[in-house]
Amino acid sequence: MSQAAVDLSVEIAGLRLPNPLVLASGILGTHASLMVRCARAGAGAITAKSAGPVPRGGHVNPSCVDFGGGLLNAIGLANPGAEAEVALLAETRAQLAELGVPLIASIFADTVDNFARVAEHISRAAPDLIEVNISCPNVGSEFGEPFAGQPESAAAVTAAVKAATGIPVIVKLAPNVPSIARIARAVVEAGADALCAINTMPGMLIDAESGLPVLQNRSGGLSGPALKPIALNAVYQIARVVQVPIIGTGGVSTGQDAIEMLSAGASAVGIGSAVYADGPDAFGRIAREMREWLVAHGLTLAQVRGRAHRQAKWPEAATPAPVPHAPAAETAPPATPRAGAAS
Amino acid sequence: MTDLARSEARAFLERPAGLPRPCRVVAAIPENYRTRTIVLDTALEARPGQFCMLWLPGLDEKPFSVQSAAPAAFTIAAVGPFSRAVHRLAAGDRIWLRGPFGRPFRRTGRDHLLVGGGYGVAPMLFLAREARARGERVRAVVGAREARDLLLADALREAGAELWLTTEDGSAGLPGRVTDAIAPMLAEDPPDSLYACGPHPMLAALARLAAARGLPAQLSWEAYMRCGIGICGSCEQEGMLLCTDGPVLDQPASV
Ligand SMILES: Cc1cc2nc3c(=O)[nH]c(=O)nc-3n(C[C@H](O)[C@H](O)[C@H](O)COP(=O)(O)OP(=O)(O)OC[C@H]3O[C@@H](n4cnc5c(N)ncnc54)[C@H](O)[C@@H]3O)c2cc1C
Ligand SMILES: Cc1cc2nc3c(=O)[nH]c(=O)nc-3n(C[C@H](O)[C@H](O)[C@H](O)COP(=O)(O)O)c2cc1C
Ligand code: FES
Repeated sequence: MSQAAVDLSVEIAGLRLPNPLVLASGILGTHASLMVRCARAGAGAITAKSAGPVPRGGHVNPSCVDFGGGLLNAIGLANPGAEAEVALLAETRAQLAELGVPLIASIFADTVDNFARVAEHISRAAPDLIEVNISCPNVGSEFGEPFAGQPESAAAVTAAVKAATGIPVIVKLAPNVPSIARIARAVVEAGADALCAINTMPGMLIDAESGLPVLQNRSGGLSGPALKPIALNAVYQIARVVQVPIIGTGGVSTGQDAIEMLSAGASAVGIGSAVYADGPDAFGRIAREMREWLVAHGLTLAQVRGRAHRQAKWPEAATPAPVPHAPAAETAPPATPRAGAAS
Repeated sequence: MTDLARSEARAFLERPAGLPRPCRVVAAIPENYRTRTIVLDTALEARPGQFCMLWLPGLDEKPFSVQSAAPAAFTIAAVGPFSRAVHRLAAGDRIWLRGPFGRPFRRTGRDHLLVGGGYGVAPMLFLAREARARGERVRAVVGAREARDLLLADALREAGAELWLTTEDGSAGLPGRVTDAIAPMLAEDPPDSLYACGPHPMLAALARLAAARGLPAQLSWEAYMRCGIGICGSCEQEGMLLCTDGPVLDQPASV
């Protein structure tokens, strides 16, 4: 099969994406021009920067640094507010539609009611999907914990947003919870049409010389390569308990990373920090690397999805060969792994 | 942007941005009534037009054009809380920096016309030194509102640039704006290329002038920067990211 013939298109909540690579929220999602640029560079869907009920200026710098293993950011949900976001989304959607690339709006709020209000508001721009960022603090909870922290608050937000809009809803989950699968099941039962996992992981960097945290906000969200194992595990655990599509997000920077994310059970793959490495061209490169991988392994995207959940099968030896001086545990596997051997 | 420019920009971006690293101020040199050059105890692998993020822990972090790479130096106007705090630093004090970032000026031809307005003269001095070190012709035009706002004129002259000064009130050099000084040059003895950094209205006027003459121009623009590394989108200008695609943009991209 030629690489050009490899079909990378996927379906999320009834929507066809030309390929599974989704621009993650908060990366270049501030301007129509930049979102269109990512679509032209090969993104299969575009998520806008999260918008809240009112405009927010964001945190003072430093607000995003590269620490070697990835990025740590505390941009602080800087956004123009739901009112201005409607115009931005409408303009972006019109331009993306010409390219056949769907637009995902992203929303956050401080109360359940405000989530519903923002969802209703931005639905006027008719984005193809609405992603609900529940990683922000819930002002109603005693400790200001994120809505993403408990199944009840996550489900309450989901139900409120579903009631406020007819547009399919993606709920974006946070990794720093005791059981992400439990949260996933709660939001799907509350009506989520799809999930996005994961948001950034809380982290801190300290400058030893000054003795102060590097980010002015002190704590931030960790993303990029260091997040990948956490994201793979989250997607794997979620895929075991829910049937809705998952946008697997966290540390994907190569085609092989994307294949791994699909193998964990994701239907699509979020791309954020990789844009730092090579700009919007990251999309074209990762898609090309995915095609190359699929051709080299003789697999389709559908065959890759969820592959990590299957049991490995090895050919059984007809007569077990006695190995006199080596304990069994140290013998090599009976065969070199073949492509597709575990499927 | 051309493919070549893109791959050049890529080569710069592939260097890890890293974390802010502590440096010490070795000199703080007054340049005019509200501008100082701070010289640091470090050298940068930087090209003219690139910038660094300077950090004072607990206060803020902001972008500044590299004025000199070895030793690292920045020319800073005191206009607000952060720049005023930098002005209070003395020799021996610490400041942190990350970078350099961004796409530099690329010298095209051997006859260069450099234009600086306000602290935009800082990267022009770096570019003038680089071009003169290779024996290329440099004409520099420095514009300001009044005589006391002029900056780095002596340094440009020492670097071997042919120098023109303009002030809007006529208190030094030619009365008027930089464009008034440049228009006759472009007609009588046009350079191979135009390079400029300064206030946006000045850059816009230069872009129109260069376009009318068909002169290649590279202009360095400014925007509020958060990440400085091409990921947050806050420095967008007409589809370009000024922190990674810029700050230096080829003129047709931004008219
Ligand atoms: C790529 C890039 C390179 C830069 N290079 C330099 C440089 O080499 N030297 C330098 O001094 N600054 C440079 N700046 C600007 C610098 O990053 C800060 O914006 C500036 O120091 C003001 O920060 P502040 O916190 O002190 O004041 P702020 O509180 O941010 O500003 C205070 C007030 O002053 C106004 N203001 C900002 N700049 C000026 C100015 N030049 N003249 C008059 N009013 C002004 C602001 O609009 C605001 O109203 C550069 C910016 C960018 C994006
Ligand atoms: C600078 C930056 C800003 C972000 N802003 C948002 C945001 O506004 N809303 C959101 O849901 N996620 C936001 N995220 C999280 C990303 O969408 C993504 O979940 C995370 O970065 C992991 O993916 P990655 O490793 O590919 O970057 C942001 C991430 C970064 C690096
Ligand atoms: S400052 Fe963040 S993209 Fe340029």
